[in-house]
Amino acid sequence: MRQSILPVLTVVGFLLVLWYAAAIWLNAAWAYDKASRTDEVLTTRTLIADTWSQEKPKLPAPHQVATEIWQTTVEKKITSKRSLIYHSWVTLSATLLGFGLGTVLGTLLAVGIVFNRTMDMSVMPWVIASQTIPILAIAPMIIVVLNAIGISGLLPKAMISMYLSFFPVVVGMVKGLRSPDQMQLDQMRTWHASGSQTFWKLRLPASMPYFFTSLKIAMAASLVGAIVGELPTGAIAGLGARLLAGSYYGQTIQIWSALIMAAVLAATLVGIIGAIQKLTLRRMGMAQ
Amino acid sequence: MSEIKSVISAKNLGLTFQTNDGPVHALKDVSLEIGKGEFVSFIGPSGCGKTTFLRVMADLEHPTSGSVTINGVSPEEARKSRAYGYVFQAAGLYPWRTIGRNISLPLEIMGFSKSEQRQRVERTLELVDLAGFEKKFPWQLSGGMQQRASIARALAFDADILLMDEPFGALDEIVRDHLNEQLLRLWARTEKTIAFVTHSIPEAVYLSTKIVVMSPRPGRIADVIESTLPAERPLDIRDTPEFLEIAHRVREGLRAGHSYD
Repeated sequence: MRQSILPVLTVVGFLLVLWYAAAIWLNAAWAYDKASRTDEVLTTRTLIADTWSQEKPKLPAPHQVATEIWQTTVEKKITSKRSLIYHSWVTLSATLLGFGLGTVLGTLLAVGIVFNRTMDMSVMPWVIASQTIPILAIAPMIIVVLNAIGISGLLPKAMISMYLSFFPVVVGMVKGLRSPDQMQLDQMRTWHASGSQTFWKLRLPASMPYFFTSLKIAMAASLVGAIVGELPTGAIAGLGARLLAGSYYGQTIQIWSALIMAAVLAATLVGIIGAIQKLTLRRMGMAQ
Repeated sequence: MSEIKSVISAKNLGLTFQTNDGPVHALKDVSLEIGKGEFVSFIGPSGCGKTTFLRVMADLEHPTSGSVTINGVSPEEARKSRAYGYVFQAAGLYPWRTIGRNISLPLEIMGFSKSEQRQRVERTLELVDLAGFEKKFPWQLSGGMQQRASIARALAFDADILLMDEPFGALDEIVRDHLNEQLLRLWARTEKTIAFVTHSIPEAVYLSTKIVVMSPRPGRIADVIESTLPAERPLDIRDTPEFLEIAHRVREGLRAGHSYD
């Protein structure tokens, strides 16, 4: 952990320099435009100062985004419609529900595929096909259909999250449940073990490393699903809604702060799963 | 030996695998009697069917002709009544279970009570000289110790028959010698019937009361050699003329069954 701090900071520093430079480059046109209208002459210093402090820049500078995040998280009440924490929570709740549903669905499908030959032959192509449909195309359909049968609010968004997150779980768990080799299965046979004993004592514990890796991908996919789910509804709350509102009004700073917030959220969630993975595998004796 | 009741009995056993390149005769016309308390080694080049024969006894493969009985019943019934313990080439311990819990795994499956499990784990660990390693995880043990733990696991439920498929094949020679010595002692103490597959001539001669030499294409028995060595066998018995003579006969058998064309 400690030896990775320096490289990480170096990369972050490098990105910040690049970001500031890009902000000058992209926002300069608008600064010149403004200056020519008021017959001002821009020195390098004033040009840079302007490109880093515009109200609706093409690319907001890092400190502008940081200020916006600070103002909308720490300085706003959580109940306020402008609080980014509030919006994050709206997205997070859909993400977690969708992730939970996706994990359950994915695991059940994987168990079915491993234990049932018919499912093995028939389900997997559909699972893969489901992921080739662009989520942006199907998300409005899911929301409209669910709305028509009276389901609205959290669940439709969670369904879209589930739609994206069950896939890595199915693929990972099928591989994990099949990871015991022929010798281990033969061994179970010599003990006259039942199918369920083989599942609980061999297949399931053997699949754990695969399971956690799948969960990490599923969590990230789930967050994307929740945000996408907020776009077509014209939702009034959630990080997706912030992105959409920001793009309507050209509020690039708002868009970027919502994006950063989504990234932080994803990193935190995946980090939590990583910690649980470490803890579980160590307790199982599988991490040395 | 012939008056001893036979525990494993094979009559005209044949097994043919259907492959894309035509049928492969893994076993052909194999007949053998193994008496109670015998230590029988199967030796031969790869493809001679020695492992297949062991797997047929264990009901992991099904013969296509002939018959085999274990304790007078079919291999399937024998397997279901847990008549044998099977030791594979790799230890195959579960990395998420401690040594103790690995050994109690078959006991859990067979429904032994918790206290019975504990007792048996303790007893079998002692039997393979691993007392005190109960709480260790497999990766904390050397390869030889892991294989001993897997033998303990096969012994834990007190089957009378031990089927061993090249259990020491992956270990270095010094460890192997040591384990051979221990296995003989264990055999003497527990009076099990052991069928042991190997491709090492010294190992086969050192361990066995009976050596079955097999040859490939089709897999069949080339020679059965009754050992004349005494029951008490220190490691240096391998330098005696008697030992060398048996080893010589095994080698002759292997050579005769092997076509070098």
